Amino acid sequence: MCVVGARPVEGREIIRCENVNKKFISSSGVYEVVRDLSLSIRENEFVVLFGPGQCGKTTILNLLAGLEQPSSGRITVADKEVAGPDPSRGMVYQTTDLFPWLTVMGNVEFGPKVQGKPKAERQAIAQRYIELVGLQGFENTYPAKLSGGMQQRVGIARAYSNDPVVILMDEPFGHLDAQTRYMMEEELEKIVAAEKRTVVFVTNNIEEAIYLADRILLLGNCPTHVTREYAVDLPRPRSYVSKEFLDLREAIMQEMEETL
Amino acid sequence: MKKEKLDAVLYGVLGLVVFLVAWQLLVMLTKVGMLFPSPIEVFQRLISSAQGLVGKHPLVVHLGFSLLRVGIGYLISAVLGILVGLVMARSPMGNAIIRPLFAIIRPIPGITWMPLFILWFGTGWITQLGIIFVAGFSHMVLNTYDGASRTNPKLIGAAQMLGANQTQIFRMVILPSAVPYIFSGLQVSLSSCWMAVLAAEMMSATEGIGWMIVSGQNNGDIQQVLVGIIIISVIGLILANTMRGVESKLCAWSVRGR
Repeated sequence: MCVVGARPVEGREIIRCENVNKKFISSSGVYEVVRDLSLSIRENEFVVLFGPGQCGKTTILNLLAGLEQPSSGRITVADKEVAGPDPSRGMVYQTTDLFPWLTVMGNVEFGPKVQGKPKAERQAIAQRYIELVGLQGFENTYPAKLSGGMQQRVGIARAYSNDPVVILMDEPFGHLDAQTRYMMEEELEKIVAAEKRTVVFVTNNIEEAIYLADRILLLGNCPTHVTREYAVDLPRPRSYVSKEFLDLREAIMQEMEETL
Repeated sequence: MKKEKLDAVLYGVLGLVVFLVAWQLLVMLTKVGMLFPSPIEVFQRLISSAQGLVGKHPLVVHLGFSLLRVGIGYLISAVLGILVGLVMARSPMGNAIIRPLFAIIRPIPGITWMPLFILWFGTGWITQLGIIFVAGFSHMVLNTYDGASRTNPKLIGAAQMLGANQTQIFRMVILPSAVPYIFSGLQVSLSSCWMAVLAAEMMSATEGIGWMIVSGQNNGDIQQVLVGIIIISVIGLILANTMRGVESKLCAWSVRGR
């Protein structure tokens, strides 16, 4: 069953945006990318930000990450105002941003290493997450020798290794071929089930959104904000072709066409 | 060894043999021999120079002098060049000041400074090392700068997200991503230093391979000139290959190193 509209609050609120605006000022003018964005995300929720291309999804993620500062409004994560990048928020990008001169182990232990964790401890942490994403046996391999899907697994393990409160994912499977993409979606679902985290996941792929999300926030065109939200109460693992799946897909697509 | 690789080596050796045989025949059958010794004569001379003296020193000592000079000059230019390059990359102000200077200095071949250096410092070690230093330095600076200033901003962002501070980002992201560039600087700089030491010795030394060649010229001893040239070629080849070997060990991850 899928309920359209907000789900009753359960669990503690972990991310909160209040009336956030973001404008970029360049020599050619002012670009308003985010207007009056308000949202609330609960602990261990898997929230998908879904919207048309170029609508400002990545900007919202960068604001949550602290890589960008809002022009006005307030963003808090775990009751603390976001002031800059912080290891309590992990990021997984669309294209690989792995350190090419480090092995899989070197990449995954990077976070604990800069936190000053001793070698044995950080390698144990890294090993755990390398195994979680199914890359055991590739610890000493360099990223260039891995397939796109495997590189994204390393990216996920690296984000996890800092034990973040929130993991932000910016279209992490956007560059993968369809087959690998389905596989990675399944894999991610298992990973998140095994290691509960609050995930904010950006995509412009509707199937991916419904397959993964506890809740989908539909974003409007630029300057963007949340136009509608959908709680996805389908049992997991979800079937891409079940009636409920297709009905929800239809409803979201229709809503999107109307608001655009 | 793979078959294609083996073929390539065989063809390479074949080419060399054909060249040497043609040279030998040319000297034996024509009047070229009046101007030019045959490869066999040059080889015999190489052996006898290695055993006896060339001028005041044995051949090995001349080679030792050349290598010592290039070693010292290259080391100084590499260390200072990497430091200056990193400073330029980290400080926009430093870059703004230093970069245009290097843009002007880089196209000037190192040996162009020779007359100036001889006037200032005479014909001793300072002039020789100075020329070697100048030959290598600007390559080192500009390559290091390129490497350290072209770090993929996404990698810096990723490191920030993982909690790295500015010092850690420099040490753990900017520096390693500059290593392949620094290595290509070290390679270019080494071959350019090796050429510079020979030029410097030709004009301002009383020993070394460069001196050997010039003294051969002054005495009309073509064999000695050719022996010097062969040594330059072999040593240059060894130096370049050693650098490449070290690079592929240290930069196994980069495209250049593979």
